[in-house]
Amino acid sequence: MDNQKAIYKYIESIDFGVISPKLLKSIAKAKIVTPELYDKEGYPVDGGLMDVRLGVIDPGLRCKTDGQKLRDSLGHFGYMELARPVIHISFVDVVLDLLRSTCRSCGRILIPQDKIKEYRDLLDKVGLEQGLIERRDKIKLIIASLRTINKCPYCKEKQYKISIEKPTSFIENDKRISPIEVRARLERIPDEDLKIFGLDPKNARPEWMVLTVLAIPPVTMRPSITLESGERSEDDLTHKLGDIVRINQRLFENINAGAPEIIIEDLWDLLQYHVTTFFDNEVAQLPPARHRSGQPLNTLTARIKNKEGRIRGNLAGKRTNFSARTVISPDPKVDINEVGVPEVIARKLTVPERVTEWNLEYLKGFLERGSDQYPGSNYIIRPDGKRKRITNETKEQLLEEIQPGFIVERHLMDGDIALFNRQPSLHRMSMMCHRVKVLPGLTLRLNPAVCAPYNADFDGDEMNLHIPQTEEARAEAEILMQVQTQIISPRYGLSIIACIQDSISGNYILTREGFKITRDAAVDLLSAAGIDDFKKLPNKKYVTGKEVFSVILPDDFSFVGKSRIFNRDPEDPDSVVKITNGKLVSGVMDSANLGEGSGLLLRNLHKKYGADEIIVFLRKINGLGAEVLLKYGFTSKLSDIDLSEEALQKVTETLDKADEDVKKIIGDFHAGTLERLPGRSIEETLELRILERLNKARNESGKIVELSSPQNSNTMIMVRSGAKGNTINIAQMAACVGQQALRGGRIGKGFKGRSLSCFKKNDLGAVPRGFIRNGFKYGLKPYEMFFMAMTGRDSLMDTALRTPKSGYLYRRLANAMQDLKLEYDFTVRDASKKIVQFNYGEDGLDVSKTEAGKINVKGIIDSFEE
Amino acid sequence: MVDVKEALREYEDKIPNSILAEVEANLPASVSKEKLKKIMDAIEAEYNSSLAVPGECVGIVSAESIGEPGTQMTLNTFHFAGVAEMNVTTGLPRLIEVLDGRKTISTELMNIHLVKPYSEGKDIKRIAESLKELTMKDFLKEVIVNISEANLKIVLDKDKLELLKLTHSSVTEALRKNVKGFSFKLEKDESISVIQSGKDKDIIQLYKLKEKLKNVYIHGVKGIKQVLPVKKDDEFMIVTSGSNLREVLSLDFVDKERTYTNNIYEIEKEFGIEAARQLIINELMKVIEEQGLNVDIRHIMIVADAMCMSGKIMGINRYGIVKEKPSVLARASFETPIKHVINAGLTGESDPLNSVIENVMLNQPVPIGTGLPGLIVRTKSK
Repeated sequence: MDNQKAIYKYIESIDFGVISPKLLKSIAKAKIVTPELYDKEGYPVDGGLMDVRLGVIDPGLRCKTDGQKLRDSLGHFGYMELARPVIHISFVDVVLDLLRSTCRSCGRILIPQDKIKEYRDLLDKVGLEQGLIERRDKIKLIIASLRTINKCPYCKEKQYKISIEKPTSFIENDKRISPIEVRARLERIPDEDLKIFGLDPKNARPEWMVLTVLAIPPVTMRPSITLESGERSEDDLTHKLGDIVRINQRLFENINAGAPEIIIEDLWDLLQYHVTTFFDNEVAQLPPARHRSGQPLNTLTARIKNKEGRIRGNLAGKRTNFSARTVISPDPKVDINEVGVPEVIARKLTVPERVTEWNLEYLKGFLERGSDQYPGSNYIIRPDGKRKRITNETKEQLLEEIQPGFIVERHLMDGDIALFNRQPSLHRMSMMCHRVKVLPGLTLRLNPAVCAPYNADFDGDEMNLHIPQTEEARAEAEILMQVQTQIISPRYGLSIIACIQDSISGNYILTREGFKITRDAAVDLLSAAGIDDFKKLPNKKYVTGKEVFSVILPDDFSFVGKSRIFNRDPEDPDSVVKITNGKLVSGVMDSANLGEGSGLLLRNLHKKYGADEIIVFLRKINGLGAEVLLKYGFTSKLSDIDLSEEALQKVTETLDKADEDVKKIIGDFHAGTLERLPGRSIEETLELRILERLNKARNESGKIVELSSPQNSNTMIMVRSGAKGNTINIAQMAACVGQQALRGGRIGKGFKGRSLSCFKKNDLGAVPRGFIRNGFKYGLKPYEMFFMAMTGRDSLMDTALRTPKSGYLYRRLANAMQDLKLEYDFTVRDASKKIVQFNYGEDGLDVSKTEAGKINVKGIIDSFEE
Repeated sequence: MVDVKEALREYEDKIPNSILAEVEANLPASVSKEKLKKIMDAIEAEYNSSLAVPGECVGIVSAESIGEPGTQMTLNTFHFAGVAEMNVTTGLPRLIEVLDGRKTISTELMNIHLVKPYSEGKDIKRIAESLKELTMKDFLKEVIVNISEANLKIVLDKDKLELLKLTHSSVTEALRKNVKGFSFKLEKDESISVIQSGKDKDIIQLYKLKEKLKNVYIHGVKGIKQVLPVKKDDEFMIVTSGSNLREVLSLDFVDKERTYTNNIYEIEKEFGIEAARQLIINELMKVIEEQGLNVDIRHIMIVADAMCMSGKIMGINRYGIVKEKPSVLARASFETPIKHVINAGLTGESDPLNSVIENVMLNQPVPIGTGLPGLIVRTKSK
């Protein structure tokens, strides 16, 4: 915070290029000549790979180049003269293209002078539209089409076909072109001709792609670790570089001693191999360089690539301090925008607070309590940036020392700002800002209403907590990320934080027509839900549930909507929700008005009273719902799904009828009288017909169950209110589970000609192909249990296959669209300022500010009709 | 009584037409001028307060809004009641297919609407059949190989010919046109005899021809593999699997305005990029709605616009949109980082650092949202 210096420089752009030997030598701070790493004292050898001029990784040492110590010194490049040039593996394709398309003696491109301009324009177009690789391909095509391959149009030298022997050998006339020769040829290509290839001769001369000097990365990039035994274990890169230096030395010695050509060639190839694997250890044609243990070395390419690589693992995503992670549990008493933090965590996570004259005494208190007592403090930062741990020993001295300008890192306390997050962070509501509430216990606590945006449940889910450390971060978190700012989902413009489960069924019970309690009981209920203003409650002996609910609503609020009953029975008195001047006149509260992703009631409240108020409403509604259930009890019991004899008889009849019909269809099929559906084979037709019939049977029995099972049972209340479950679930429990679908059809052949060995072969009937006749309450037959297990496994597979697929799709979408933004002129543009949309979404509306993607025109007009 | 239309015209520059139309539809029959003004002012205020703010990262929000429900989609949808329907890819696979901008899609489909009187059911079966791409094997009754004389005798299915109003001679004509090296002759008994032209008579060639003949195109629209006449809302139409928009549109019984294909590239070729954009939007919305999910159309539109902005359809992958990014680091952070960095080095590219990810890499403020505005404070000069 304070030790962070003011930022006064920004990087404006980064230029890319191929490094030239000259540039490298001027950048490099040391010439590496020996494969030795340390001398007898364990001090890095000069000219070795761990040379202190390349940076330091040992505490106590100072870098000879910048004089800084460990962590402060960024490290510096060194260089190494290669005894013989070596081809850089990443540029092999380019080098090959260049060799093939230019003259072997004069270096000019094999296109006659008079046609150069014409082709250059064409190539520029290709390069601009399609990219560099396509441009090079096009050059090859042009040169092939010119048929000047045999002869250079400039110096008339005969040209030969050049082939490549992967990975790094170029062959001409069955003879290998040595890297020296390759380099010489590349050197001859004039700058002008390189531009035709789309290369930038200033930044990428082709001869630089044949290495004569090798860059040695800084020591800080390849730190060694000291094992417990005191032994040093070097980084993979250091190992690889050691190999290169060793071979290079031997090659030098052999050349100087005038060794036979064949030995030199062999060493040269070995050098090429080591340099190649130094850059890329996954070249297809080469065996990867390995540790002694047989594990492949992790060299440069592998360090950059992939999810855990430098780019995606360390640059695009970073690790943080001041964070906590533990199991979550629900707590309806914790407010929606709060998070319950265990004291153990609160003692570890700190908030830096700057000492001023005004809070000196206050912060001294924290200092005094130290790190063991809560709320205390863990560290103190002096104005010079020194961090001191607060212990019982240092406490006294620090107390004397402390003065304005110091920073105290105090323990986390109630009301502090924290970011709360659950992976996978699929949308912005996956990371929201909560207020800390320090609580006993060992889990992070959250209000069940925010389960929906996090997609959290409590079957062992863990979540992360981050404490912002600067004022900017805190301000931004508070203004942009706090829970109340995220209530309306930008995906569909409706409330995503809403009532769930118990609070819906509770309010449903409360507001149903006919619910009546004494006024005293109502006051009890309301005060238990945290409401203490009862003047809205009518002063009579008995009050209705609707009147109790109305206490929550503000007096100037009016609303008309539909409840879930409306679709079933528009005549029902509870089907239309009507609120006039803060009074719930008619209608029942259910998930259509209170639930996530539908509740227009909540949306309207939000619109009228704002984000901060809706938190209060939600707290009250949730509290009321929970209290109702607490007071009157709510248990889903087995008898909730009891059916009358009559209904059971009806279900059996329906299923028997279906079975008969299926038999008839199969009979038709075998007799050849089944009418084929257009565009389907006869077998497909059969399957479809059977499925259709069985599905009908299941729906019919569902209807019977819906009508004849106890209407006011708690299970039914859950279904009716939309809190959880649907009628199909009830039908499955009470009457008939129905057809099990496997891979989009009926369960087929597991054995030869049959699904399970207890059936006849080639029986196409309902039951042998996965129709479960019984309900869960009655219990399943063994084969039925097997069918369920099969579909259960199938759905597990579906989830397992879907997750990576949709994850990849999401990554691609996010990557492609991350830099589209709304400009000040209200156009949507990408990073290169190209216009994507002239007006965002054709009307410029922000979905999270609309009501389900629309402006409530009707509502506004109606509000003028009084 | 005020002329509402006239009064609303005043707001044309301030409020989008879609909202004005809604206002017009919802206004009570008679409204006084003052009241209308009040209403319109309220709507305008509401509209202005609901606008997205500059700097809003609309791209990321859209990506989230499509990516998040993507995790809830099923791979195989299971139709219980899908009897009279073609089997179409839906759900996540179709979503991926559309967003990828794939040239070949797994299930091509056309909805061919018809003009009157055909839309009322006239000749519907015959018309449907006539669309189907038919090869020789659909007409063959038998093929007799005469080894001694080295010729083939083809007997055709008369009923089938009848249905499509084809004659034996027209089939013979089609064979002559499409098969070279053999001569076809229509015999009196309505069979077609085939003799190898040229001198050498090769039985092996004849047998090969017998197989080859089966796939010779005779009739119908190429690419239409299956046809299914259906009745929807009192109107007859033809659903086909396989698609060939150009040829279908050239048929005179086809309603050219409503006929539809799910092949984005065909639409682009025939009607241009704007139509393709609309199709992408429609297809994506269809998939999402089928799964019972709720995503605002604005998010879909921005994806479709990003895919079509260059004038060609670009998929959301490293060959499409990502390739067009100006920033080397942004491209490298997506896929194949080494390739991007190497090519950037060769061309001496410069990364302008004006988008999100590269600034994250460099620990600099991101030019989006609250990172967008710059703040300059003038310090008091002493």
